[in-house]
Amino acid sequence: MRIPILKLHNYLLISIQIDLDDQTAIQFQEDLLNKIHQSGATGVVIDLTSVDIIDSFIAKVLGDVVTMSDLMGAKVVLTGIQPAVAVTLIDLGIHLNEVTTALDLEQGLIKLRQELEE
Amino acid sequence: MDFRTCVNIQKEWDIVGARQFGRDFSKKLGFGIVDQARIATAISELARNIYLYAGSGKICFDEVENVGSRGICIIAIDTGPGIKDISQVMEDGYSTSGGLGAGLPGVKRLMDEFDISSKTGEGTEIRVVKWVR
Repeated sequence: MRIPILKLHNYLLISIQIDLDDQTAIQFQEDLLNKIHQSGATGVVIDLTSVDIIDSFIAKVLGDVVTMSDLMGAKVVLTGIQPAVAVTLIDLGIHLNEVTTALDLEQGLIKLRQELEE
Repeated sequence: MDFRTCVNIQKEWDIVGARQFGRDFSKKLGFGIVDQARIATAISELARNIYLYAGSGKICFDEVENVGSRGICIIAIDTGPGIKDISQVMEDGYSTSGGLGAGLPGVKRLMDEFDISSKTGEGTEIRVVKWVR
């Protein structure tokens, strides 16, 4: 399964709407980095509104892809993390401190624009 | 104890299957959304450990009752290499697979009861319980 990555001006938009298995998550990581490389995007929003579970593996993949994108020069914002997912992440001891987040897609785009000072 | 249902863990996709089953089961037992997510996450961690370290095993589910409260009991069983030093794997941040090392200590925090027994060369059994609040 592949997660679609949409391009909007200088940004890439991703909405994850499936229950992520490990393989799909790894594939997404690779696809996103390639897409950043091809498109020259400077900002990425990954919307997690429809994701109802993030375990330690998926959290690691997401955290890593943020750092990897940053290395390439693209800023990533995670949006729409559900209350139940936030609670379980903290129970797991995962804080994603270095990751920029926003309430929803709209706020995420605003945050990106601020951070990139466009 | 006779378990009502077991999900075999053999391939990576079984991790998703097990947590989806666990979520549905906990929903039927009356758990709220946050606890459903806690239970599904715990199952995901347990199933991934079986897949990563033992190759195959199973996760079994049952309803439990105790003086008027209802809960879910989950047992993860494998016949893998076992865990040499249990106190080490219960430490936050300890991992031999390059992961976050959040798995087992995380599962303990997500659930209400946590028991682990393991014998080197024979396998590991982890039993967890969550009560409906």
